[in-house]
Amino acid sequence: MHIDEQSDQFELKAKAAIDKKGAIGPDVDLSAFDATPSPHLEMADDDLRSLPKEEQERLLGAGLDVTEKERGGTFLQMNTNTVHCHSSQEGIEVLSIQKALAEHDWVRDYYWKLADVGADKYTAAAELGLHDGYVIRSLPGSKSVYPVQACLYMHKDGMQQNVHNIIVAEEDSELHIISGCATSPHLKRGLHVGISEFFVKKNAKLTFTMIHNWAEDVTVRPRSVARVEEGGLFINNYISMKPVRSIQMYPTTHLVGEDAVARFYSIVVGSPGSEYDLGGRIFLKAKGTRAEIVARAISNGGNMIARGHLIGEVPDIKAHLECKGLLLNGGLIHAIPELEGHVDGVEMSHEAAVGKIAQEEISYLMSRGLSEEEATSTIVRGFLSVDIPGLPPQLQAEIDRAIEESDKDVM
Amino acid sequence: MLKIEDLQVKLGDKEILKHIDLEINPGETHILFGPNGSGKTSLLMTIMGYPQYEVVSGKIMFKGEDITHAPIDERAKLGIGMSYQRPPTINGLKTRQMVNLCAGEEIDEEALARRVNFEEFLDRDVNAGFSGGEIKRSELLQLMAQKPDLMLFDEPESGVDMENITLVGNTIGELLEKHFHPSKDRSKMQAKADRTKMGLIITHTGFILDYVSADKGQVLYNGKLSCVSNPREILNCVGDTGYEECVRCISTNSLTSLS
Repeated sequence: MHIDEQSDQFELKAKAAIDKKGAIGPDVDLSAFDATPSPHLEMADDDLRSLPKEEQERLLGAGLDVTEKERGGTFLQMNTNTVHCHSSQEGIEVLSIQKALAEHDWVRDYYWKLADVGADKYTAAAELGLHDGYVIRSLPGSKSVYPVQACLYMHKDGMQQNVHNIIVAEEDSELHIISGCATSPHLKRGLHVGISEFFVKKNAKLTFTMIHNWAEDVTVRPRSVARVEEGGLFINNYISMKPVRSIQMYPTTHLVGEDAVARFYSIVVGSPGSEYDLGGRIFLKAKGTRAEIVARAISNGGNMIARGHLIGEVPDIKAHLECKGLLLNGGLIHAIPELEGHVDGVEMSHEAAVGKIAQEEISYLMSRGLSEEEATSTIVRGFLSVDIPGLPPQLQAEIDRAIEESDKDVM
Repeated sequence: MLKIEDLQVKLGDKEILKHIDLEINPGETHILFGPNGSGKTSLLMTIMGYPQYEVVSGKIMFKGEDITHAPIDERAKLGIGMSYQRPPTINGLKTRQMVNLCAGEEIDEEALARRVNFEEFLDRDVNAGFSGGEIKRSELLQLMAQKPDLMLFDEPESGVDMENITLVGNTIGELLEKHFHPSKDRSKMQAKADRTKMGLIITHTGFILDYVSADKGQVLYNGKLSCVSNPREILNCVGDTGYEECVRCISTNSLTSLS
């Protein structure tokens, strides 16, 4: 199909979905946000480093280190356009999606190929009013040593940010990405709409770690879909420790090639007044595929729904779902684990638990000399620390840091 | 010194310890015998300060301080420590981190772990999937880091395999300063008198007596302490005739009222 024809079709489908509510999660009134593009000047390395300290800290809270130490590339979008974008590793490409769509035809092979542009009003908004986003690709056989860092930053109060990201790990390549979202300390209200499409090709390995660092009155509606081919590995981590108004996402992954593996880990702390509807589903469509979903949720008074859905369509697949919730200070945790086995020979299991910290554990630590407060925070930190096999040390360090940082907020 | 006077304790609505008197002097180790459910673990938990064990009357003094109602961490800081029989698992907390928390400072946990053959467990979550014997070594390792003056051992030899029983026994002996040696300016008796560590050990089998010389043994039966005697003799008596016969020294009246 000709590119223009394809674009017309996306536009038509998007227009038809412009008022379509999301399948799950509270509805968002898009007219309450300002989606007009507000161009931001490009920033060189030095400009990044001369950002105000408080802004730098917000970025760092979402995993973007302006010093670029131990990073293999950087993408930064401010409000509605890309301000910084480069790769320092051979075989790893980092592009803005607007530029990529304008200059590289191959991007069209991925754009809206997994996510449905007509899914709901958010996918429609991302098509009809696309601001920017990133395309990150590892070429066949290339290995990223350091993770690429990407951040979508909002600082204009009341704005709506529409982004579309495409991540491609070509055959036999290895790609690590830390992708953060953050808001300026001056932004009170905002809406982030983000489409992400992940392509993990034959025997490729992709780790994607997303850190959310939002503000109290920010609404977030990501829509993402991944496809993993034969022998591919997709590790997807999600960390959100800061308050947010409402976030709803339900990423879908299709394991389409033999022995493809997907592992999802999420660590979420729900603050009072925050509403979360999180989780994802994984389709196991080929022999030998494996899937694992591990979720940790702490509520400090937030409303949290933790979903997980595993669908085994063929024999000789293995899938496990683990969801643990800790109620620290009121709120609600609603765990919804689902298993669907369609044929003989699937091996699927789940464990879900919601509760409070066991007094026995606190007493045990107190008998080793810790105060009650120290014992509690030690247990909470342990609860949040999840071993993620195959994660580069830099990314594990980012996750550990996010947990350490949030310690004072959690307690 | 630990001094317990006329202690009565309730767990929920149930009276579980009745008029307990117990005195452990610096350097002394006592052995606690008794059938299952007699209140042995309850006594240890009460000394440690677990709040569900409600002290109805009497008092607990340690190092001259009244700790009857002190919280657990205060007692730990004062120098009381416990080796548990079934400690809880702490998910996400590595044994390595736990050992450092016990020490209250950064220590060489590898070297310490080597002494109880436990290095390979340092990167496992505390007690997660540990066997009975592994739990015991983990507990000892924590006490080695914590260095309390009064150590409460709840069945330290149960579940320990033959290969490790000597290790566990000798480690407890070391913790309780049983391996004292004469030096140039101190005679053996003086070295013995210098010891400050105190121990209270629950045992069913008495295996521990092969490694730790104990000063006194007592039987806890239906919440009452009795038969202060040589621990070996108690063990033999219980082995020969059972606990009931062994505690006939408690007056017939009180036994009737208990049964």
